Amino acid sequence: MQKLHSLKTACLLLIFVTSFSFAKESKEGHSESGDIKQEIKDYIDHHLLDSHDFSLTSYTTDTGEHKYVGFPLPVILWDDGLKVFSSSKLHHGESVAEVNGNYYKSFHGKIYKTDASGEITLDDHHHPTNIKPLDFSITKNVFTIFLVALLMFFMFSRMAKKYKKGALPKGIGRFLEPIILYIRDDIAIPNIGLKKYKRYMPYLLTVFFFIWIINLLGLTPLGVNVTNNIAVTLALALITYFLTTFTANKNYWGHIFWMPGVPWPMKIILAPIELLGTIIKPFSLMIRLYANITAGHIVLMSIIGLMFIFKNWIGSSLSFGLAFALSLLELLVAALQAYIFTMLSALYFGAAVEEHHDH
Amino acid sequence: MEKLINEFSIGLFFWQLVLFIGLVILLRKFAWKPILDAVEKRESGIENALKAAENAKAEMENLQADNQKLLKEARAEREAMLKEARDIKNKMIEDAKTEAQEEASKLVAQAQASIEAERKAAIADLKSQVANLSIDIAEKVVKDELSNKGKQEKLVESLLGDATLN
Repeated sequence: MQKLHSLKTACLLLIFVTSFSFAKESKEGHSESGDIKQEIKDYIDHHLLDSHDFSLTSYTTDTGEHKYVGFPLPVILWDDGLKVFSSSKLHHGESVAEVNGNYYKSFHGKIYKTDASGEITLDDHHHPTNIKPLDFSITKNVFTIFLVALLMFFMFSRMAKKYKKGALPKGIGRFLEPIILYIRDDIAIPNIGLKKYKRYMPYLLTVFFFIWIINLLGLTPLGVNVTNNIAVTLALALITYFLTTFTANKNYWGHIFWMPGVPWPMKIILAPIELLGTIIKPFSLMIRLYANITAGHIVLMSIIGLMFIFKNWIGSSLSFGLAFALSLLELLVAALQAYIFTMLSALYFGAAVEEHHDH
Repeated sequence: MEKLINEFSIGLFFWQLVLFIGLVILLRKFAWKPILDAVEKRESGIENALKAAENAKAEMENLQADNQKLLKEARAEREAMLKEARDIKNKMIEDAKTEAQEEASKLVAQAQASIEAERKAAIADLKSQVANLSIDIAEKVVKDELSNKGKQEKLVESLLGDATLN
């Protein structure tokens, strides 16, 4: 009981610090009230984007120079051969990085090939026309994914080792085992069936904990935001799609191409719809996770930003209270989205391996 | 939608795919398999233990029932034996009683018979003695009487009368 209580306190403190940290980020820089809305918007946009270095916060010195608190990450480009350099060379898009006679510049979080002067030419839609080399950089998000993967590996392999000593879970396993059992007993087995659930368990467990942990990490002051990248959710949804497609049995394909129990003209109409459905299902997985997390972050940051627009103690404290409540909601959403993704994946796997039965 | 496509980062997609698949494979080997196996083993262990307890309970109940049955049987047997013994005792008493009665009545009958015989013998003896006495007396009387002829005839006549009366 005591432990639970201190855990709760720690969580609340974390949210408080998160809000405070965002607030601090937003506060730095301009103080003119006209610009402040634009600045908040820029901050939110910036927060939602990936970046090539891991910056926790930034501030402006008296001389007007931007200072960033954080550390650089390696930039890996494929542009007529592998180009690897530190992101400190880019200076947050303020300077041109030179590698073996090629010049690169960061513009709104993307790296473009430029000339020596760092000229970026924009088209009518404000899109740069410069060449965009293939960017395999270890960005902030990639770094975070790697960190979470490492964390998960150590956490769960340690937990697994504890079982060698005794049948009962020890340490963190006491917290994690009920969740693992919940995924097995209430997600995998009811949806996939006792016969075949086992081969999907590694994926379901990994995807649940991965999304959950990385969503929670998005609520910390680190300011990382991985699951609001469509690339990340696409990768996850694609794995679900391929697992469904490649493990599907004859019965599943039979239902798609030649729906049993309906007259034959309907079968012909249903086939393309069902086929499209197989793609729409993972597509909805991708959009749902992406949109929920993005919306959560935008709304939360906007409400935090309101504090600096109101600039009086009633409005600001109201929006602080709102931000606090919303942070709690986001904690729920973090787990809920992980649950939904896992649940629906299990549902699709279940449909793919369902045995034939009479209608 | 255009913004989404514009924001799409091939690099991030690539890394996510690689790192995530790697994570699934590593965790499957080092975490999920041992954890799930251990949990399953534990669950089956618990189930077996429960089943064994259930079996032991059933066996115990069977034993108890057997005991009860044996006890009942023993009690019934004892009851039967006691009853038999009682019957035998009663019968023996009954037999002895009838035998004794028979013996007694036989004895009484014998005694009665011997008394009768004695009586008869005594009567016969008395009769013969009385007869002898009578003959003696008669002899003497006759001797006396016969000295007188008339008297003799009178006597014979009276004697004969007496004898028929007798």
